[in-house]
Amino acid sequence: MHTGLGLVETRRAFLGRASMGLGSLALASLLKPGLLALQPGTRGFPDRPAKVKRVIFLCMAGGPAHLELLDYKPELAKRDGEPMPESFTKGQQIAQLQGKELKILGPQHPFKRYGNSGQHMTSLLPRIGEIADDICIVRSMQTEQINHDTAHTFMNTGFRLPGRPSMGSWVLYGLGSQSEDLPGFVVLTSEGGSQSQPIAARQWNSGFLPSVYQGVKFHSTGDPVNYVRSPNGVSRAMQGELIDAVSELNGVQQSWTRDPEIATRIAQYELAFRMQMSVPELVDFSDEPAHVLEMYGTRGGDGTFNANCLLARRMAERGVRFIHLYHRGWDHHNEIRTGLVKSCGYVDQGTAALVKDLKQRGMLDDTLIVWCGEFGRTPMSQGADPALLGRDHHIKGFSMWMAGGGIKGGHNYGATDELGYNAAEDVVHVHDLHATLLHLLGIEHTKLTYRFQGRDFRLTDVHGRVVDDILA
Amino acid sequence: MRLLAAGALACVAASAAERVEFNRDIRPILSENCFACHGPDSNARQAGLRLDRRGDALARGVIQPGDAEASRLVQRVLQENPALVMPPVATDKKLTGEQKEALSAWVAEGAEYQEHWAYIKPRRPEAPGGFAGIDHFIRRRLAESGLEPVGEAGRRTLARRVSFDLTGLPPRAEVVEAFVRDGRPDAYERLVDSFLDSPHYGERMAVHWLDLVRYADTTGYHGDVPVNVYPFRDYVVRSFNGNTPFDVMTREHLAGDLLPDPTPSQLVASGYNRLSRMTNEGGSQAKEYLAKYASDRVRNISTVWLGSTLGCAECHDHKFDPFLARDFYSMAAFFADIEEKGVFSGNAAWGSSVRVLDPSAQSEMDGIEARLRALRGEGRRELATGPRALENFAAYLRDDLLRWQPLDPDRAWADCGHPDFDQCDRFELAEESDAVVRLALKGDRKPGEAIQRVEIPLEQGLLTAVALELFPTGDFDSFYLSEFQVRLLGREDWPVRVSLTGLLPDRERPGSMLRDTLDDNYHSGWHGDWEQDRQRRAAYVFEAPLRTNPGERLEVSLIAHARTSRGLPSRFRLLGSDSEFPELPVAGTLREAVLAEGPRTPEQTAALESAFERFVGGNAAWRDVRALERRRKALVDGAHESLVARAVDEPRTMRILPRGNWMDDSGETVQPQVPHFLGPLPTDGRRLTRLELAEWVTSPDNPLTARVFANRLWKAFFGTGLSKVLDDLGSQGEPPVNPELLDWLAVEFVESGWDVRHLVKTMLLSETYRRSSEPTDELLAADPYNRLHGRQVMARIDAEFVRDNALAVSGLLNRRLGGPSVKPYQPVGYYRELNFPKRVYEPDLDPNQFRRGLYTHWQRQYVHPSLMAFDAPAREECAAERAVSNTPLQSLVLLNDPSYVEAARAFAARILREGGGSARKRVEFAFREAFSRPPTARERDIVQRLLEAQRESFESDPGRARELLATGISRIPPGLGETELAAWATVARALFNKHEFLMRY
Repeated sequence: MHTGLGLVETRRAFLGRASMGLGSLALASLLKPGLLALQPGTRGFPDRPAKVKRVIFLCMAGGPAHLELLDYKPELAKRDGEPMPESFTKGQQIAQLQGKELKILGPQHPFKRYGNSGQHMTSLLPRIGEIADDICIVRSMQTEQINHDTAHTFMNTGFRLPGRPSMGSWVLYGLGSQSEDLPGFVVLTSEGGSQSQPIAARQWNSGFLPSVYQGVKFHSTGDPVNYVRSPNGVSRAMQGELIDAVSELNGVQQSWTRDPEIATRIAQYELAFRMQMSVPELVDFSDEPAHVLEMYGTRGGDGTFNANCLLARRMAERGVRFIHLYHRGWDHHNEIRTGLVKSCGYVDQGTAALVKDLKQRGMLDDTLIVWCGEFGRTPMSQGADPALLGRDHHIKGFSMWMAGGGIKGGHNYGATDELGYNAAEDVVHVHDLHATLLHLLGIEHTKLTYRFQGRDFRLTDVHGRVVDDILA
Repeated sequence: MRLLAAGALACVAASAAERVEFNRDIRPILSENCFACHGPDSNARQAGLRLDRRGDALARGVIQPGDAEASRLVQRVLQENPALVMPPVATDKKLTGEQKEALSAWVAEGAEYQEHWAYIKPRRPEAPGGFAGIDHFIRRRLAESGLEPVGEAGRRTLARRVSFDLTGLPPRAEVVEAFVRDGRPDAYERLVDSFLDSPHYGERMAVHWLDLVRYADTTGYHGDVPVNVYPFRDYVVRSFNGNTPFDVMTREHLAGDLLPDPTPSQLVASGYNRLSRMTNEGGSQAKEYLAKYASDRVRNISTVWLGSTLGCAECHDHKFDPFLARDFYSMAAFFADIEEKGVFSGNAAWGSSVRVLDPSAQSEMDGIEARLRALRGEGRRELATGPRALENFAAYLRDDLLRWQPLDPDRAWADCGHPDFDQCDRFELAEESDAVVRLALKGDRKPGEAIQRVEIPLEQGLLTAVALELFPTGDFDSFYLSEFQVRLLGREDWPVRVSLTGLLPDRERPGSMLRDTLDDNYHSGWHGDWEQDRQRRAAYVFEAPLRTNPGERLEVSLIAHARTSRGLPSRFRLLGSDSEFPELPVAGTLREAVLAEGPRTPEQTAALESAFERFVGGNAAWRDVRALERRRKALVDGAHESLVARAVDEPRTMRILPRGNWMDDSGETVQPQVPHFLGPLPTDGRRLTRLELAEWVTSPDNPLTARVFANRLWKAFFGTGLSKVLDDLGSQGEPPVNPELLDWLAVEFVESGWDVRHLVKTMLLSETYRRSSEPTDELLAADPYNRLHGRQVMARIDAEFVRDNALAVSGLLNRRLGGPSVKPYQPVGYYRELNFPKRVYEPDLDPNQFRRGLYTHWQRQYVHPSLMAFDAPAREECAAERAVSNTPLQSLVLLNDPSYVEAARAFAARILREGGGSARKRVEFAFREAFSRPPTARERDIVQRLLEAQRESFESDPGRARELLATGISRIPPGLGETELAAWATVARALFNKHEFLMRY
């Protein structure tokens, strides 16, 4: 360390004392090298060859319309305005369209073929079109919860009840952190987009797992992380002096007590101080060359999704294990025609830039990128004003895509029926997505468990299959 | 032989040659490895074999009691052939050598089963009475393992321990010194009593209880909006402080509303039933959410009182314990009488509540009511003849008029209602002066059947009514309005209809016609003739005042039916009022009369008098009455509103949902009943009530409740439960390490009349409690997790108490009890992801800033970040036990959260003013205040070096000192010197960040 503030000295000192003083109590984790032990993984994981080291999960919150973006249905266009056949909808869960007349709505914007692979996607995502040969589109997703709050909870934890760990927490619990000065699981939300659905902190909670595995939220405005700024008037050197004194005082206490937490406490102060130094540097884009900023379409500090994509790359470089981006504004109950233009405009450039940038740096091979909402939207229209039509929430079939290490690029998998209502071929349930994600990280999803309330819980509950056909 | 439960006790030396005991030695093995396929869940059962009941196991012949070799159970377990071995290889479960031996030995000894320990009514094992009972069992267990406990903790440590354990606050330095010097034999008991008598005892006890019953200040789902229920929190604090017996508390929680003539406090307690999360998200299905709420309640009551995972039986029979899916839904049925909606609407209406006035407000209210009765009864004429009556009336109307402000739309659209939109003519918005809207047609058709809709951007404010002024257009001779609708946009993800209840017509007769504009029937409405009028007016009063926020919009629709020769009024103006009792905005001569600055013209006076006549109908008491009504309303508004349970006459039908699927109605209907193997309760054909459930829960025959409570209390004071899984005393939980002690405590609790304080005091007086927390090498090696309690535990204090501690030491702590939740400083924008509505967090900038953490506004989706960093739960679900983490985020909170910085500078001021003249004395003072002990020489050195270095920094740049000291709202005592104060504030920060500050040893 280059602080010159004696932290290293203190650390050595406490470890020396610890190993003499603390009999049999579990200090094993502290004896691992570096600070990684503060978010340690679980013994035995990865338990299979890992394809990727990290995940960047791009959550398109609100429920992007698969039938407008990734799942082209000529039949919908043909039958636009006709009643939706009751055979599809009878007895099915419906959200805001309860009790309404159900009419088919054709795609509001043309689709295009992209890349050598000819991936079929909306014309509104031309830049993602440029990476068409890197992505694998899954058109047969299903989930179980039809309202945003519970659907996000299900997408993140595999359960509808609160109190279960988010997938980022599971991954960290399994594999541990790779970063010496940043948390291993980070969450970013972005500005822009209307009708922003609330997103609860529950979505990155570690649930019953130890809190060290909790996601840490970065803010695009104000302090990037809660409490990461020293108090007003306190310089870095002064804060360092203070922390050194705290560690020394803690060291003195160690000489007369066997409290095993003191050693950890001292280490946590060291990490906290490192975070105070590294976070401002992380979010400062001034070291990025102009062409990179241009590629992402951001100057930084603007809170946009594009800026967060660049931040995600910077975190990936620094060893953050799970980076979860939320972009809201996909809840197009009405005015979907214009709404989509805006929503796609917010995310198209940043998403594509992230994939290209990682690829150029050779990092796409060990990164998994997931682009997915909490559910999709109905083939039926919503609203009475023909100029302002939208689509309702839909859970029986929707689309997503993945890219990165271990994923077949330029490929697609699964299909919905002719009206895009039900996932009809090769259904991929949320649990299957989780199983596949863990698999790519080198974790057999049935093996990573945690005992809570008398039961061995896992991210995939009692379900989940690895979707082998999308794996390269 | 004696077998030890897997893991925890593996290191504790076993005493040999003991008989195998099913509950202790065998059930955990079978439950962990066998029950999932050979247990209570009939759907998952393999080969028709169940091993959880002796009769079934013997009937299938897999166990030959007394003959292990001949028993197939043993054979399969010992199998080496991977195709035959049990548990099957695919399950990933594997028995250890000891477990296999245990099973063999158990079968050889006769394969005796026992009912699961937690389902057998506890009886009192023999032991000395009082706290000596505890020490008896603990000593015996230690002796069995050949271990010596450590001695008693020092007095300073003890004082701190008792203070934190009983109040969640540090002891005052004087209290510690007095206890250290107190030579009386009962000095310790006196200390315990003094903390038990503290009003902060109830606050400390409430923290864990509120985690259990998941008390919070917001609804949890979707917009996570505030809900009034804090009187419930205060009820809990009061109950612990007043030592309400636990059975009474239980009854009040589950069924306070069903008690005969319930008191307000009992009604507030019944709010327990309303603490589950609730939704108001558009597009949610009521049936789905009613099912969610029902299962939420079952999970909660079964965890809180029964320590059971009955919640697992929502989708299937329990896999480890004898709970059936039927038991789950029968339990849910007890709560099916609670009035509620699956999907609530709006952000304010969350079902039944009660308003509780504090005593002084209640007496004022009584006076007001008496006065109102008198006024209404008195002769109207005489009250109307006061000399200023007319002037008062004019002032009243002026006040009302000025509170009507034009609502200026920025968007309008309309269509003619024709199914084919393109056939519709389009209107154009043409704005005239002063918010008068003219919707003009592009074509030459007259606006006949049509919907006109305008949108008005809103600001922060209050809206209680909307007035509509109509003007002639020349297109038609008469007007017709069939429907008038107001909706709020931007708060929810769908438009929220504003309920209009009051009508203020401009004439006597159109009153009934106005009502027709609210009936959703296009064939009736309000109409009038333009030839006689230049303007017509009407006002609609909202059912409830609407608090508006920037970003929200008001949408107003004027709808007319087609087949009429009259025209939709297409030239109009909208006004909004924030008056509690709005009047129709006056117009014409009356308006002039009301607004007249100088003397009124005779016409104006006549108009005013005539209006006065009409208005009061000969009653001049209006002003008094109105004033009193306003005051009454203010009192009611200021009252403590709290959600309560209210029973409906027809409880909802409860049926077993196959696989927990709320859309599947094929399951059997069930009635309220307790779990079958613990009951059933006799019904005599009646429907059982929540009150009967509460009585069963706290019946002396209930084997679970007292054990569950005693076990949690044990954990609070000794670090780990006697059975360490606090929310599951079932098969997958842990057989208690000291079952006799747990039973003894449970019986003591019940026989004391569920006296919580008695049980607390008994635990605290024990020698076991008073031991030092420093282990010997021997104890550390043999019992690393301290399950035998040969020493006390080193515990980190709870999230709320961490900040309470800093506030208390600094002298900033506001010790007031109860009241609405408060808002300490919080990072700006922390709520940015909340919506419907958008939330702005406004910290309390008054003494409420320094209230205890227990009173912090509990936002379920975004718990205060400094509380969350120290493991406070979201309280979305029951939390029987908080994690105890040690993270860098905690360090960042203690280092940089302004709450701690402000407390540090306040503490610094105390050090400078009270700590004596020399640095040495001051450091000593600081240590005594913060840690109840003097510093060591080494500590003093470290602190003094820090002080000097920081003083130098601040002196070289005094601006820094000013900036640091500007943190927070509390006053800085004058005359202390900025750089000196800032340097000592840094010392105070160092002490607050020291590990010891977070610990109770």
